[in-house]
Amino acid sequence: MDEAMWAFGRVSGFVSLALFTGSVLLGILNRSGRPLMVLPRFSISILHRNIALLATVFLGLHVGSLLLDSFAKLNPVDIVVPFLGSFQPFWQGLGTVALDLVLAVVVTGLLRHRIGQRSFKAVHWLSYGVWPVAMAHALGNGTDVSSGWFLLLAAVSAVAVAAALLWRLSPSFLETSHARQGNLP
Amino acid sequence: MKTYLHIDWTSCDGRGLCTELLPGVLDRDDWGYPVARGKAGWERTDVPVRDADREAAQEAVFLCPKLALSLFERPGPEQEKRTPGR
Repeated sequence: MDEAMWAFGRVSGFVSLALFTGSVLLGILNRSGRPLMVLPRFSISILHRNIALLATVFLGLHVGSLLLDSFAKLNPVDIVVPFLGSFQPFWQGLGTVALDLVLAVVVTGLLRHRIGQRSFKAVHWLSYGVWPVAMAHALGNGTDVSSGWFLLLAAVSAVAVAAALLWRLSPSFLETSHARQGNLP
Repeated sequence: MKTYLHIDWTSCDGRGLCTELLPGVLDRDDWGYPVARGKAGWERTDVPVRDADREAAQEAVFLCPKLALSLFERPGPEQEKRTPGR
């Protein structure tokens, strides 16, 4: 049972990270206001939300299963307070930081209509911080870092997120940027 | 009572989700902003919504990335009295 929890804890962390990468990419695409092939804008918005929620579910499974196994030596307090862990406290603490930030982003995202656009957006910007923190946690704390498939995921994710970020910062990012810069078709 | 879709122009950024969800009601201008089809004046800001479009309008309110949309009800336009300056 211990072995199963340990294995599941590792795999679910991997799945969660991959889904968060997808969510970041979809979030940036969403912000550009562009549809993607057959997906209209509202579908991208819903997909972004649902993939982020699914990533959060896997994050819960990741933490929950590692709480139950005996290899990770995780205490319940490590879920809330970072850098107190018994095994690699710094790298594990980054995971705690990411978890706490994800919860803040998810809760404010679900309550967007209640708390208003400003508060929602202020917290939602944290997503850009969550991703590198989660990736650093995976690389620093993960016990599968030496395996090829893990490095492949990390490399592909990092390249994709970096490319999306560069696109995000480029002047032609918005769908309407051409018209809004004064060039009507 | 008639249903209206209110567009808060100070929040709207012309992202285009509402124009996708309500293609028969809203068109898009060159800058991406929604323009009520065949309407002029205040009906471009408080856009009348037919019953058939009500569900799509609710989706648009829910999904608007800038929270710029809201639905409200008020007696039909024939009974409506606009206060000057509004």
